[in-house]
Amino acid sequence: MIEFLEILFKILIFPGLLFMLVYSFLLEYLDRKVYALMQNRSGPRWYQPLADFFKLLGKKVIIPADADEKMFRIMPVISIAAVASAFLYIPVFGMRSVYSFSGDLIVVLYFLAIPPLTLFLAGWYSRDVYATLGATRVLTQMFVYEVPLFISLLAPTILAGTWSITGMADFYADHPLFALINIPAMFTALIAFQCKLERAPFDSPEAETEVVSGPLVEYGGRLLAFFKIATNCELVLVVSLFAAIFLPFMSGNVWVDFLLYFIKTLAALFLMILMRATMARLEISHIVSFCWKFLSPIALAQVLINILIRGVL
Amino acid sequence: MGITKSGKVGPGKITLDALRNLIRTPATTSYVGESAPKVEKNIRGRIQYNPANCINCRLCMRDCPTGALTIINDGTKEERKMRAVLHVGHCIFCCQCVDSCMKKCLTYSQDIDFAKTNKDDLTVEL
Amino acid sequence: MSEVDKNQVIVPIGPQHPSLDEPGCFTITLEGEKVVNAIIGVGYNHRGLEKACESRNYFQNLYIIERVCGICSHTHSTAFCRAVEELTGVTVPARAEYIRVVVAELERLHSHLLWLGTACHEIGYDTMFMYTWRNREKVLDILAAVGGNRVNYGVNTFGGVRRDLDEAIVSAILKTVDTLEDEINHYLEIATTETTLMSRLVGVGRLSHEDAIKFGAVGPVARAAGIMDDIRVIEPYGAYKEIPVKAITDTRADVYGRTVVRILEMLESLSIIRYCLKNLPAGVIAVKVPRRVPAGEVLIRVEAPRGECIHYVRSNGTEMPDRVRVRAPSEANWHGMKHMLEGGYLADVPITIAAIDPCYSCTDRAVAVHSEMDSKVMDWRELREYGNEWYKKHGVDVSALVL
Repeated sequence: MIEFLEILFKILIFPGLLFMLVYSFLLEYLDRKVYALMQNRSGPRWYQPLADFFKLLGKKVIIPADADEKMFRIMPVISIAAVASAFLYIPVFGMRSVYSFSGDLIVVLYFLAIPPLTLFLAGWYSRDVYATLGATRVLTQMFVYEVPLFISLLAPTILAGTWSITGMADFYADHPLFALINIPAMFTALIAFQCKLERAPFDSPEAETEVVSGPLVEYGGRLLAFFKIATNCELVLVVSLFAAIFLPFMSGNVWVDFLLYFIKTLAALFLMILMRATMARLEISHIVSFCWKFLSPIALAQVLINILIRGVL
Repeated sequence: MGITKSGKVGPGKITLDALRNLIRTPATTSYVGESAPKVEKNIRGRIQYNPANCINCRLCMRDCPTGALTIINDGTKEERKMRAVLHVGHCIFCCQCVDSCMKKCLTYSQDIDFAKTNKDDLTVEL
Repeated sequence: MSEVDKNQVIVPIGPQHPSLDEPGCFTITLEGEKVVNAIIGVGYNHRGLEKACESRNYFQNLYIIERVCGICSHTHSTAFCRAVEELTGVTVPARAEYIRVVVAELERLHSHLLWLGTACHEIGYDTMFMYTWRNREKVLDILAAVGGNRVNYGVNTFGGVRRDLDEAIVSAILKTVDTLEDEINHYLEIATTETTLMSRLVGVGRLSHEDAIKFGAVGPVARAAGIMDDIRVIEPYGAYKEIPVKAITDTRADVYGRTVVRILEMLESLSIIRYCLKNLPAGVIAVKVPRRVPAGEVLIRVEAPRGECIHYVRSNGTEMPDRVRVRAPSEANWHGMKHMLEGGYLADVPITIAAIDPCYSCTDRAVAVHSEMDSKVMDWRELREYGNEWYKKHGVDVSALVL
């Protein structure tokens, strides 16, 4: 019984759903605040993401007559469920995640593929011109960044010799110098994660000036609030995954590691904000050519280097 | 492209500006909750009326593009008691009335804060 | 327009759309992401200004004409003042002409900074948008100190200007100009070396030299195609007869060329302002102009930030004009828009529309269009009767109204 309650606590409260929700609000605030400071503006106050969420909860949900109502309503829920399930496999408190087994990196990557798919389906089932255009762009972008992302997350596993995230974090904590070899993969993974989250310069699917918010154009009220939560939680998941695999500095003490977790995720977030603030939005055809011609070769090269080094050592 | 000094092409050229702006004070202030922003010295705000020299010629009313100003004589032609009524919602703050008045009865102030919740409150006595 | 193919999609951009500042309806037919047809619809901002001018006297009309556009307001007001001054035969004092040029160049600065910010926002480059608009605030503060308002600064009056420039304002202007010169040079460097920006701007919205002449493009759109049509250079007016203005053209004929032309024009404006303030002649700032304007008709051309602005005024000897016609530069630039949009991608549509610097309020005047479709040209009385009949059919009787 106690064990059941403990598992429930870990899944729902900490480091599970509630912790992820609270941290997602904090990360959204920091994202908007630092972005604004880079643009020489004041930016929002600390309670702005919370205020936006509550405001959206109070608005009316309008579903187009042609849209498929059941699918329309269930998409945000699937998105949050996928992200919340994936978060259980990432080491947050100390070196242990809630669950871990060999191969959970693949499971997390599959869970991470679900939010863009829900965006696509949400846009497709909305039966709106802008939504369809945005949905096709989501899918196009997904085809091109999945390959560099998977390969650049595969490369560190070759050196570590294990497919579990917790195992990789352990390995790189013991041999921190090997993390330096993974720097090209870190670079491509950061850019590919920016593509996955659909942030500038890769926010062509939800370009405000072209397709007016893309797949989510017909969403409003609490459904939109949940989609925004899903996007923010995806951000938490991505920075945590990035910190766990590529930024390995760990001490033995559990509380110090928790603090280090915050520092690492905030550093990854800072790099993402910098990318968002300093570049214009790329066209979808340019994103395709960029990912195939630039990101994939670097990721493949990283895999080759890692195989060679693994063979040598 | 041979216009500038540094010809090297690359993405993220304003990274240095962005990082430098992180430590500068922001260029925006919060309007709600703090005092109203400072306006320039000669900005055209609400007009002010001095009935002492007014001769009821109504040139100001004739030259007003929107008809926002009304000059009313409460007394008789010999003993004038002038007053003016301005519809702040129609006034475009061009101050042509100030220029047209031959007796210099009208001047402009820097008062720009008159949002009201009731449309009838927009007609003010000057 | 032929019937729509099965794999073609019609996307309506407007009248309400985040990329448009003012309402305008563009019906784009897409095949995948490529634009195959575009129908331009403007006219949502028609306010009946030209008709309103006919029942007001010239002093009232000065402010109505100034509010044709918020961004190029001084140009319209200058053109109207020059029209009345030419009809009445009055010579404007030299100091007033120089002050008019200073305000006109400041307006060109703020308009081009606004355009640069808006164009960067259309391509998703929000940081540059914030930076250029922050610099624009400095220009607006100067204009508020000079004229009395941030936009629609009523500096002009018939026969000169209403406010003088004293020592304090002159030194404030020169200080702002120095700060802005560094910033604008920085923008030029960014615009010519930033890869993501250039990938969105180069080769987009092409309007070649022949097409620009065929469609009658004016302003930076024509100058980017190599046509020199700057009125300040080819037909100088006012103080421009004495001030050296450099002619800026480019050969690229696409959105990138227009960007470069506008940034270089900003630098040229800074040098013109410096020259004017250094050589400001002494004297009065206005002369008196009679209220009744002698009969006649006059056509005035001035250089707005968007191109050549034409005003036509016909007077019949009374205090009210007989006919005022305003041909704003944006009106001339719309004709080439269909040609620029077709063949491009959907992602290029917002930036192509933004690159001609459209001012929908300037554009919307009533024009007579003769086409093969069933159409009719009505004069004022016929239009009013038609309107009354239509409303009567719908149960509303407005024929008692006297306009």
